[in-house]
Amino acid sequence: MSFVTGVGLTSYGKHGGSSSLDLMSRAAELAIADAGLKRSEIDGVLCGYSTVSPHIMLATVFAEHFGIRPSYAHAVQVGGATGLAMTMLAHHLVDAGIAKHVLIVGGENRLTGQSRDASIQALAQVGHPDYEVTLGPTIPAYYGLVASRYMHEYGVTQEDLAEFAVLMRKHALSHPGAQFHEPITVADVMASKPVAMPLKLLDCCPVSDGGAAFVISREATSERRVRVRGCAQAHTHQHVTAAPALSDLGAEISIAKAKQASGLSISDVCYAAVYDSFTITLAMLLEDLGLAKRGEAAARVRAGYFNQDGEMPLNTHGGLLSYGHCGVGGAMAHLVETHLQMTGRAENRQVRDASIALLHGDGGVLSSHVSMFLERV
Amino acid sequence: MTEEIADWTKGAEAIVYQGCKTCGARQYFRRSFCAACGSTELTENRASGAGKVYATSLVCRAATPETRAHVPYNIVLVDTAEGFRMMAHGDNDLAIGDEVNARFTQFAGRLVPYFAKAK
Repeated sequence: MSFVTGVGLTSYGKHGGSSSLDLMSRAAELAIADAGLKRSEIDGVLCGYSTVSPHIMLATVFAEHFGIRPSYAHAVQVGGATGLAMTMLAHHLVDAGIAKHVLIVGGENRLTGQSRDASIQALAQVGHPDYEVTLGPTIPAYYGLVASRYMHEYGVTQEDLAEFAVLMRKHALSHPGAQFHEPITVADVMASKPVAMPLKLLDCCPVSDGGAAFVISREATSERRVRVRGCAQAHTHQHVTAAPALSDLGAEISIAKAKQASGLSISDVCYAAVYDSFTITLAMLLEDLGLAKRGEAAARVRAGYFNQDGEMPLNTHGGLLSYGHCGVGGAMAHLVETHLQMTGRAENRQVRDASIALLHGDGGVLSSHVSMFLERV
Repeated sequence: MTEEIADWTKGAEAIVYQGCKTCGARQYFRRSFCAACGSTELTENRASGAGKVYATSLVCRAATPETRAHVPYNIVLVDTAEGFRMMAHGDNDLAIGDEVNARFTQFAGRLVPYFAKAK
C-alpha cells in the first residue's frame, strides 16, 4: 500500500533568477510541509532531469543542495511520463519496505534559463539522431505527423483540436498559479501562428519555469488518505518512425494493465488528469483511455463533459497547455491538482466528487505511457 | 552480414534497408542484428524510392538558423514499397495516401530524401 501524503506546486511561468535546484527545493519544501513531515524523515528521493542544468546524478545533487541524506536516491527519465513513472516506482518502493517516505521532485527554469530555440532543439533530440533529427523536425512536428494521421483516420478536424486548448485555458483562468490568464476561443486557436501543421501555436503547450513535488509514504500521515490503487506502464517504441499503428499505441496497453492492477474500470473514475503537451495528445489519450469514443472527445468537450462541473472533470488546473510545462514538473502538476481535488482543497476549482481519479502520462512521441488510479480511502 | 551500402545518412544518394535472412523482417534503422528475432544474418538493400504518404507535418517554426532558412518545409512519413516506414522531406502539398517517389535534396548542409507525387 502507498499513500500520496503531500503535494507541492509553484506557479508556472517566469521565475527569473531561480535555478532548477531552487524551483525543485521550493516545491519539495511545500510537499514535505503538506505531508506534515520533517526533512529528516524523507528517506528516499526520486527526481527528474533538467535540460537547462543536465547532470548525471541530479538526485544526489538535489539531496545535498536541499540538505538531506536519503538511503535511496536516483533520477528517472521518461520524458513527459517521468512524474507518474516516479510515482509508480515510489509506490513499489514503499510497498516493498525499501523506504518510508519518498520525495518525488521535478523543477526547471526552462523559460528564463535558456532560449526558446534551445528548448525546442533539446526536445527535438528525442528523435532518431541519424534518420530523423537530421531532417529538422521539432517536437511539434513529431506530434503534427501523428495529428495528421489521426485526423485522417478518425475524421477529427483542426477545430475539434482547438476545443481542447480552449477548455484548458478556461480551467487555467481559475488557478492563480497558471501561466496564462487570458481567455481564448476556437477562432483564436485557428488564427494562431502555424508551428508544425496541423498544430498551431495555441495547440502547443508553452515553455515554463516551475517546480512540483509530492511525498509517497507507506502510511497516511494525516486524515487526508489518498492511496495509489494501481498503476502500469507500456513502452512500444521511441521514434515516431517506428511507432505502431494508431490502434496499437501504448496508452491502451497501459490502461488495460492498470485496470487489472487496480480492479477498477473507467466507469468508476470521477476525475481525470491526462497528459496534454499538445491538443492532439489530449484528444488521442482521452480516446485511447476510454474516456471518450474514438473521434468523439471533442464533442464531449463541447458538451461540457470535461468541465469542472461536468461528468468527468479534466485537468482543472489548466494542464500543460495553460497551467504550463516546465519539463518533468509539468505533468506532475496534474497529480498535485488531482490530490487537491481528492482532498477537497481545490478552492474555487473544487469538483463535486474526485474520490477515484485516473492519471495518465506520455513521454517521447506517445512512446512511453504510465496509467495510474488514485483512490481516497 | 553483407557489406554496408552507404545511404543518405552518410551523404550518398540512396535509401537503404536491411532484410533478415532468418525471419524475413525488414528494418530501416541500421543495426548489426534483426530487431525482430535477434539474428545477425542480414542483407543490405537499396530501396526503389517508391512509396505512399502515411503522415505529414509542415514545419513553420524551426529552431536553428540553418533550418529556419528552409521554412516552411514538409516533414513526411512514407510507407515504402519495400514495406518499411521512413521520415523524409516532401512537397508542401502532399496528402496522406499520395503515391510518391524519392529524390534527394540539400537541407541545412546535408543530403536528405525528398518525396514528390508519382507521375
